[in-house]
Amino acid sequence: MTRQSYERELQQLRDDVVRMGGQAGEAIHRSVEALRERDVAAAERIIAEDDAIDALHMSLEARCMRLLATQQPMARDLRTIAAVFAITIDLERMADHAEGISRAVKRLGAEPPVKPLIDIPKMEALLQEMIRETLDAFRAQDADRAREVAKKDDMVDELRNRLLHELLDLMIRNPGIVPRALELLIVARHLERAADHLTNVCERIVFMVTGDLRELNV
Amino acid sequence: MDRRYQVRRATNALMAAVTFGCTLLVLTPLVVILAFLARTGLSALNGDFFTQLPGAAGEPGGGMANAIAGTLILVALAAGIGIPIGVLGGTYLSEFASTRVSRTARFTADVMNGIPSIVMGLFAYVLIVLPMRHFSALAGGVALGVMLIPTVMRTTEEIVRLVPQSVREAALALGIPQWKTMLRVVLPTAAAGIVTGIMVGVARVAGETAPLLFTAFGNRFWNRDLLQPIAALPIQIFAYAISPFDDWHRQAWAGALVLVTLVLLVNIMARYAAGRQVKLR
Amino acid sequence: MEPQKAGLIDRTTGIQAEDVHAWFDRLHALRGISMTIPERKVTAIIGPSGCGKSTFLRCLNRMHELVPGARVAGRILLGEEEIYGNGVDPVVIRRRVGMVFQKANPFPTMSIFDNAAAGLHLAGERNRRTLETVVEQSLRAAVLWDEVKDRLQKPGTSLSGGQQQRLCIARALAVSPEVLLMDEPASALDPASTLRIEELARDLAKDITIVIVTHNMQQAARVSELTGFFLDGELIEFGPTNELFTRPGDRRTEDYITGRFG
Repeated sequence: MTRQSYERELQQLRDDVVRMGGQAGEAIHRSVEALRERDVAAAERIIAEDDAIDALHMSLEARCMRLLATQQPMARDLRTIAAVFAITIDLERMADHAEGISRAVKRLGAEPPVKPLIDIPKMEALLQEMIRETLDAFRAQDADRAREVAKKDDMVDELRNRLLHELLDLMIRNPGIVPRALELLIVARHLERAADHLTNVCERIVFMVTGDLRELNV
Repeated sequence: MDRRYQVRRATNALMAAVTFGCTLLVLTPLVVILAFLARTGLSALNGDFFTQLPGAAGEPGGGMANAIAGTLILVALAAGIGIPIGVLGGTYLSEFASTRVSRTARFTADVMNGIPSIVMGLFAYVLIVLPMRHFSALAGGVALGVMLIPTVMRTTEEIVRLVPQSVREAALALGIPQWKTMLRVVLPTAAAGIVTGIMVGVARVAGETAPLLFTAFGNRFWNRDLLQPIAALPIQIFAYAISPFDDWHRQAWAGALVLVTLVLLVNIMARYAAGRQVKLR
Repeated sequence: MEPQKAGLIDRTTGIQAEDVHAWFDRLHALRGISMTIPERKVTAIIGPSGCGKSTFLRCLNRMHELVPGARVAGRILLGEEEIYGNGVDPVVIRRRVGMVFQKANPFPTMSIFDNAAAGLHLAGERNRRTLETVVEQSLRAAVLWDEVKDRLQKPGTSLSGGQQQRLCIARALAVSPEVLLMDEPASALDPASTLRIEELARDLAKDITIVIVTHNMQQAARVSELTGFFLDGELIEFGPTNELFTRPGDRRTEDYITGRFG
């Protein structure tokens, strides 16, 4: 192996992407938990911890830049580094959505829920599945698996639409619940956007493996 | 520590002095010879020396004009034979370095460089003097020329071989045929070095005496016929030196001085030519 | 495009190699190379040391056979003509296919002017005006004219390394070749001179087909439109440069260009 330290750096890059994905997934999970428990303190913690994820994103970007400048990567290495560059941005956005959910939790405070939470936990569970499979696809450099994950994005959108209709109904009948209902919609929107970002990550994984860059799920 | 260092320094200085001294020793014979020649020969160097024919035996006066001219003519003849054959032969050796012909030629040239010059004279004697039944400038020229060939050939080979392959390749890649590349690119690049080799060879043969003794033979008079014996400085010096006449002895010294000066001049010119050689490495 | 350069190169053509083999005595240096070098493009050849890329280049202008014991088999077509065909004069081929070497090699005894004019002059051209015109055209084409126009009589070796190499390019162009081969032309030069030579190669390719051998992959990536990867005397992969460097088809190509070996 002629480029040992370079290989190690690439591997470190890949490991850190997986780590960051895990952290973003964690944050989303805990933010929806906080919603369920109405735990404002937990929401505060999630908001504070977003800084750590941002820092990881910066570090990954900086290391990508340095590898590009100093190692003249080619072919697969080049695609990997370019993909990692884009993926960290999407992961960081995902973490921001977890932060957004937490802010909604704070705003809801201790107010009584307008309806039992059904769709939102479903969306979150689906999202966690997608995250797990995306990170697996990334680790295994499996383009087919990445493409499969992207298909689940539709289901997340479906769930959000259902929630929207349900809440609209409720809001028309009882205008008093509108502020709380809107917060729920905001949460759902964050989850839906997180899934979109995950789809972007899958597109990058496909590019990394095959060199083909195209939209999945148009 | 300090002691060892001092010993080392002293040894360095001593060796430097010893090697310097040996170098001076190398210069000594030349300096002594020149000084001696100058002292004894300068007195006889006058206008007459360079313009007059030798006088009658025992009579003072006369010069070595014909001997000087003769040496020049013989050197010209030798050059006419030695240079073309030597240069072309050397070129062949450098281009086709490992054929059997080349290896044989190279070995032969090296042997010839070591053969005593009198044997070369014998060769010319058998080849030219015997069939013609008399001595001639031609025979002397051939003897000297044959001596010149191996020197010129080997130095030409060496210097042409030093011309980098990249120069040849550049010319060939332009669509220049191989013979033209050799003639118009490689040889001109090596030219100054070849000239140096020629001059060194010429300086050597100009002073050879033995081969001339029974080829050119010497002549008391002017000679314009190459098929007749001709005077030459080394022969004249020899003849005068073994004569019983003091005047002739002085003239012999003068002749030696002129000969050495001639050789010195040619060597200086060779140095100059070497300096003009394009650096090949 | 400078009209003068166009005047120097009146036509160019591509090269087609079909199952080319080459030997140095018993050493089988090239094994069945087949590739199409299109006209008016820069084609790069990369590969580790000893892979045969320089050998292949020298087959294209019949310089390989100058080495004692060297042999070539297969077909190489310069345009329509088979350069190893019966009765084909290698000297003519070398005129049509020019070459620039790794280390700049201007003729040491000649001035800048004489160097540039050497190809024509030694071929018999005596007309002073013609020589002057061609020298200026070729020096302009090599982007050297402005730097040397006031000292054309100075020795060719008085120039810097990068300038000498451009002089060699001018010298090669002066005989109006149809193809220009470059054997690692910038490997002995500093980075700035290297980039100038690369830019020159790209520029010249508008008029004349260029084939460049390089061991520097980034150079191949910068300079060429097509790249061929050689390994152990074989052509492993050949295709558009961008493709070869972002997603090579063969594992060996990938390993080489990512630095995993060689």
